[in-house]
Amino acid sequence: MAEILVLVDHVDGAVKKPTLELLTIARRLGEPSAVFIGSGDAPAEALAKFGAEKVYAVDDAQIKGYLVAPKAEVLQQLVEKTSAGAVLIPSSAEGKEIAARLAIKIDSGLITDAVDVQAGPVTTQSVFAGSYTVQAKVTKGTPIITVKPNSAAPEEAAGAGAVEAFAPTISDAAKAAQIVASQPRQSTGRPELTEAAIVVSGGRGTGGDFSAVEALADSLGAAVGASRAAVDSGWKPHTFQVGQTGKTVSPQLYVANGISGAIQHRAGMQTSKTIVAVNKDEEAPIFELVDFGVVGDLHTVLPALTEEINKRK
Amino acid sequence: MLAALRLRNRLHTGGAVQATTTMNIVVCVKHVPDATADRRFESDNTVDRVGVDGLLSELDEYAVEQALQIKEKLGDDSEVTALCIGPEGAVDAVRKALQMGADKGVIVTDEAIAGSDAPATSLVLAEAIKKIGTPDLVVCGMASTDAGMSVVPAMLAERLGLPQVTFASVIETQGDQIRVKRDGDAATEVIGATLPVVLSVTDQTGEARYPSFKGIMAAKKKPLDTWALGDLGVDAGQVGLSVAWSEVEETTARPPRTAGEIVKDEDGSGAQALAGFLASKKFI
Ligand SMILES: Cc1cc2nc3c(=O)[nH]c(=O)nc-3n(C[C@H](O)[C@H](O)[C@H](O)COP(=O)(O)OP(=O)(O)OC[C@H]3O[C@@H](n4cnc5c(N)ncnc54)[C@H](O)[C@@H]3O)c2cc1C
Ligand SMILES: Nc1ncnc2c1ncn2[C@@H]1O[C@H](COP(=O)(O)O)[C@@H](O)[C@H]1O
Repeated sequence: MAEILVLVDHVDGAVKKPTLELLTIARRLGEPSAVFIGSGDAPAEALAKFGAEKVYAVDDAQIKGYLVAPKAEVLQQLVEKTSAGAVLIPSSAEGKEIAARLAIKIDSGLITDAVDVQAGPVTTQSVFAGSYTVQAKVTKGTPIITVKPNSAAPEEAAGAGAVEAFAPTISDAAKAAQIVASQPRQSTGRPELTEAAIVVSGGRGTGGDFSAVEALADSLGAAVGASRAAVDSGWKPHTFQVGQTGKTVSPQLYVANGISGAIQHRAGMQTSKTIVAVNKDEEAPIFELVDFGVVGDLHTVLPALTEEINKRK
Repeated sequence: MLAALRLRNRLHTGGAVQATTTMNIVVCVKHVPDATADRRFESDNTVDRVGVDGLLSELDEYAVEQALQIKEKLGDDSEVTALCIGPEGAVDAVRKALQMGADKGVIVTDEAIAGSDAPATSLVLAEAIKKIGTPDLVVCGMASTDAGMSVVPAMLAERLGLPQVTFASVIETQGDQIRVKRDGDAATEVIGATLPVVLSVTDQTGEARYPSFKGIMAAKKKPLDTWALGDLGVDAGQVGLSVAWSEVEETTARPPRTAGEIVKDEDGSGAQALAGFLASKKFI
C-alpha cells in the first residue's frame, strides 16, 4: 500500500486534533506516514495511536525562521523518496500555501478545503458560501489535499509509529522570506475556533460587551467568535473573526448573537450543522439560516439562557 | 544591488539632490461572479462566468489600493500595472483598477484558458508578469471571492522564484526591503524580505478607494493591452479545463434549509424555549 504523507500540525510537539483527523482519513487511502517538522523528539506515540505507521522526524532548525517555502521543500523531498500516494495537509492559511508551492514543485494537482476525503481519493468541498457541494479528484501527479478541521472523527488504530529521521536540503531561495518577529497567540483557555464542536459568536449587537457571549460559551464549553463589525470596532482581535476573510467554522452548533448575517459572515459559518441566533430584529437575514431563533435582546436572553444551562447541568 | 530596483538621483527644484526609488508594480486582479447574485456551475462543472454578472473581486480592491499607496509613497515614476486573466468581459476588472489609479492594464484572454485551474492560472500570470517586465512587487488579493483557494500568490512565487510575503495586514517598504504583519494561525508574525517579492494583502489593510470622476475619465486614455496565449509563448495544451490537474466530478446545490423555528422573547420565555431546543438536540 502506498504511503500517505500527513503533515503534522503541532504546538511544541503537542499534536493538534486536525492532525488526528488527517491520520484517520489517510487510512482510507493507504498507509499513514506522519511528517513531523519540529525540534525535540517526535510525538511518535500520539501519532501511532491514530494509525501512523511511520513518523518522519524533520529537525526544524533550518525551517522555523522562514515562511512556508522550506516546508514545501521538505514535502517535495519526502514525496520523491517515498513515492507517496497522496499528501494530506491541514487547511490553514499556511497549510494551503505549503500545498500550493508543493503542487508546482511536483507537477501535481491540488484540492483545498476538503470537508471529506474518501478512497480514490475523492474529495468533497463546500463552495460559494456553502450553497454548493462539489466532488472532485486530482488527475495529475500525487494528489495534494488540504483538509478542513472537523472533516472526520478521529479514530484510534494502532500504527507502528516507526520514527525515521529525515534531513532535508533547504535551498537559500526558500529562506528568502524571514519571520522577523513572532508573537504567539495567547491561549484563551477555550477550545480553538476552527476545531470547536460549539461556537458562540457576537457581533455589533453586543455593543462591545462580550461578557454575556463569553459566559454562554463557557457554559457550553464553546469557542468564542466574532463578526467583522465586532473585530473592526476593536472589541475582539482579528483571530476571532468568522467569515470570508476570517476563519471558516463548521461546528455541530453555531450560536450567532447580535449578528445580522451578511453574506461574508455566512461564508464562514453556513456549513455548521445546527444554527441558532439571537437578534432583536426579526427581519435580520441570519434568521433565514437558523434551526432555532430568538427575536430578543441578547443582553437579557443570553444571561437567562446561561443560567438555565448551568442549572440543568 | 537588485537589478529590478532602480535607485537613481534626481534633481529637485532648489538644487537638492535626493535619492528616489521607483518600482515596477504588478497587481493581479480577478474578475469574479457577483457574490450577491445566484452563482452557479455550467454543465461541464466550471463556474458560470458569463451568465452571472461579474466584477473586480472585492478582495483584489485591497491589493490595488496597497499597490497605489506604495506607488504614491515613492513618487510618480513608479508604475502600477493591473493584470487579469479571464474571458473578454473580464476586462472590466482591469478598467476598474485603472479608474482607481493604476497606470496600465493587461488582460490575457484566450479560448484555451477557459476552465483553467490554479496551477494553470498561475502559469499564465507568471508568463504575463515576465512579459510586463521585471517587477519589484507583485501584489495579489488574499483570495479570490469565487474559488477562494488562496493559493495563486504562493504558486506565483514558486513559479517566479520569488519570496512570498502573504496575508499582510500592515505593509511597510523602505528601499528594497519589505516588512509585513501577518496574523498567522498560531502567532502574529512580522515577515521580512528583500524585493522583488509576491505580496498578498488582506482586508485588514484598510478600505480601498472609490474611483473619482477624474479617475474614471483618465482611465479611458490609459494603455490597456489584450494578450493571447501566443503572445506569452504559452502552449494552449498547458492550460484549460481538459488538462486541469484536478477535476470536478459533481456539483450539488445544497438543499434549501428547512425554515427554523423562530420565537419572540416575551417575558423571558425566549431563553427557556432556546434551552429546550438545545436540550432536545443534546447540546445540554
Ligand atoms: C471584503 C469584505 C470581507 C468581509 N469579511 C467578513 C468576515 O469575514 N466576517 C464577517 O462577519 N463580516 C465580514 N464582512 C462584513 C460584513 O459585510 C458585515 O458588515 C458584518 O458581518 C456585519 O457584522 P454584524 O452582523 O456584527 O453587524 P451588523 O450588520 O450591524 O448587525 C448587527 C445586528 O445586531 C442586532 N442587534 C443590535 N443590538 C442587539 C441586541 N441588543 N440584541 C440582539 N441583537 C441586536 C441588529 O438587529 C443587527 O442585526 C466583510 C465585508 C467585506 C466588504
Ligand atoms: N484569473 C486571475 N487573474 C488575475 N489575478 C488572479 C486570477 N486568479 C487569481 N488571481 C490573484 O490571486 C489571488 C488569490 O486567488 P486564489 O488563489 O484563486 O484565491 C487573487 O486575489 C488575485 O490577486
